Amino acid sequence: MAISSLSEAIAAPPRKQVIRRLKERFIESVLFLCAFSCIAVTIAIMVILGTESIGLFKTVSVWEFFTGTEWAPLFEPAKYGILPLVCGTLTTSAIALFVAIPIGTTIALFLSEFASQKVRVWVKPILEILAGVPTVVYGYFALLFVTPLLQIVLLDLPGFNMLAAGLVMGIMIVPQISSMSEDAMRSVPDELREGSYAAGATKLQTAWNVVFPAAFSGVSSSYILGISRAVGETMIVSIAAGLQAKISFNPMDSAATMTAYIVQVSLGDLPHASIGYQTIFAVGFLLVSITLIFNTIGHWLKRRYREQY
Amino acid sequence: MTTSLSPSSTPLSPIQLSVVQRKRSSNLFAVVGIVSIAIALMTLIALVLQLFIQGFPKLNWQFLTSFADPEASLAGVLAALVGSCLVMLVTASTAVPVGIGAGLYLEEYIARNKFSALIEINVTNLAGVPSIVYGLLALGLFKYYFNLGESILTAGLTLALLVLPVVIVATREAIRAIPSSLREAAYAMGASKSQMVFDHLLPYAFGNILTGVIIGLSRAIGETAPLVTIGALTFIAFLPDSPIQSGFPFISFEWLKAPFTVLPIQMFNWVSRPEPEFQVNAAAAGIVLLSLTLMMNSIAIYLRYRIQKNLKW
Repeated sequence: MAISSLSEAIAAPPRKQVIRRLKERFIESVLFLCAFSCIAVTIAIMVILGTESIGLFKTVSVWEFFTGTEWAPLFEPAKYGILPLVCGTLTTSAIALFVAIPIGTTIALFLSEFASQKVRVWVKPILEILAGVPTVVYGYFALLFVTPLLQIVLLDLPGFNMLAAGLVMGIMIVPQISSMSEDAMRSVPDELREGSYAAGATKLQTAWNVVFPAAFSGVSSSYILGISRAVGETMIVSIAAGLQAKISFNPMDSAATMTAYIVQVSLGDLPHASIGYQTIFAVGFLLVSITLIFNTIGHWLKRRYREQY
Repeated sequence: MTTSLSPSSTPLSPIQLSVVQRKRSSNLFAVVGIVSIAIALMTLIALVLQLFIQGFPKLNWQFLTSFADPEASLAGVLAALVGSCLVMLVTASTAVPVGIGAGLYLEEYIARNKFSALIEINVTNLAGVPSIVYGLLALGLFKYYFNLGESILTAGLTLALLVLPVVIVATREAIRAIPSSLREAAYAMGASKSQMVFDHLLPYAFGNILTGVIIGLSRAIGETAPLVTIGALTFIAFLPDSPIQSGFPFISFEWLKAPFTVLPIQMFNWVSRPEPEFQVNAAAAGIVLLSLTLMMNSIAIYLRYRIQKNLKW
């Protein structure tokens, strides 16, 4: 009898266990919905940017949009060539990377190969503070400190210029590059360093000829994510680089970037579904596509170096 | 005797010379490294000094308790300060539960398959989307599709999208660091999966998750671009309804629908004006904003330091 009641108990679990199982199911589905929200956000970005900008391409051909050399959608006659905005974005990003890559890489090499644990513990939080400064504060700094400072040397520098904006943006990206690169360099196994020292190399030779190449895919991934950050940066350029769309690679010029254009248009009160409204979504779509490409390459490179050791 | 042993008088052999030269260049690089750190540090110091020199005289009680005003000397940041706090409240109360839930699901529940890889790529990509794109999403989705208007709710949800990937990544890293022996111990005592996750993993990971949440929120409080696109106002001379009412039902959610301004938007507005008096205001607002973010950052750094020090599995 006892045995049969036991088997009955196994065959028909008591109510308590059923409830427990249902509860587990319920919790799992709630957590699943949380995780799915990420995918929903991505889909929403693509759908919203796509549908809101599609109207623009009914009036403007895709060819004109990508190859036109004049951008003046809010004036008569309206011009819809995005090249001037792309040009502004390229120039400011290039200046930023020109600052961020050498400084960031040097700091990473120094912290990972030369500095003591004590120095590292102090320097890293300070760099994190630099990364935590709000971008609007950086914009203020570029406009009211860096530009006047540069004007002492470069006499005919206009008040809004891509140089100051790019330089400050570069300093802003330094912590990102240095921290990611340092992580990559520190994950290089010590055997490689010891081999190099045993062959009589100095710290610099080891750092430059052994550690840097071994960590290169991680380091380059930090560069690429830095590029993506520079391309998407908004406030510094809209405050300090000017709002005039024109094709110029001269850092001493003022020019609008893609992000600055979106801000400029948003500041005015644009009616829903007007041409101006559609243009910011089209520019946003291009922006998100560019950063998506860079991010994908960056993360792909990062995964590759993880598998190496 | 003439064959002196002192190294100074004999010319160095080629090998010795090479060692000396290479050591010198190695030391030189260390100096370059220190200089690079100094450049970063000097920028930070210059930035703080510039803010304080221009803005400190303006920073008084009157500035913190006045509304925006067309007269620069009378203008203050009260509405922006309250707005920032309320927006952060909405952001934290939406992004934190969803982010932690997603992180738990991705670490503990998900089966390793193509779907999990898809979500994985998704989270890393979301973290890299420029913040202004979230603003465009909010403009199209929250403002025009859901008709939430230019409200505190819209702003809070927009920033929540921005913070979400940060919370997810922090949760996942915190959970991953917990050794599996603790999970097995919980199962051995008859705990169900959800009991194991919520009674064991979550409390153990709490400190690290909190650190990540604070860093995410400190980033959100300084964000300007996404709120500009949804059309934050810059001239607000009233406070939203208080969430706590004197009459029944004592709690009101009317403030969610109120128009808003936040500190970075107010600062952006003042920076973009040509009058120098407003730039003084901008600097003062910058000090308030920077203090808020630095305070949050240092709490996070301190928390992490404490946790790393005390953590012994």
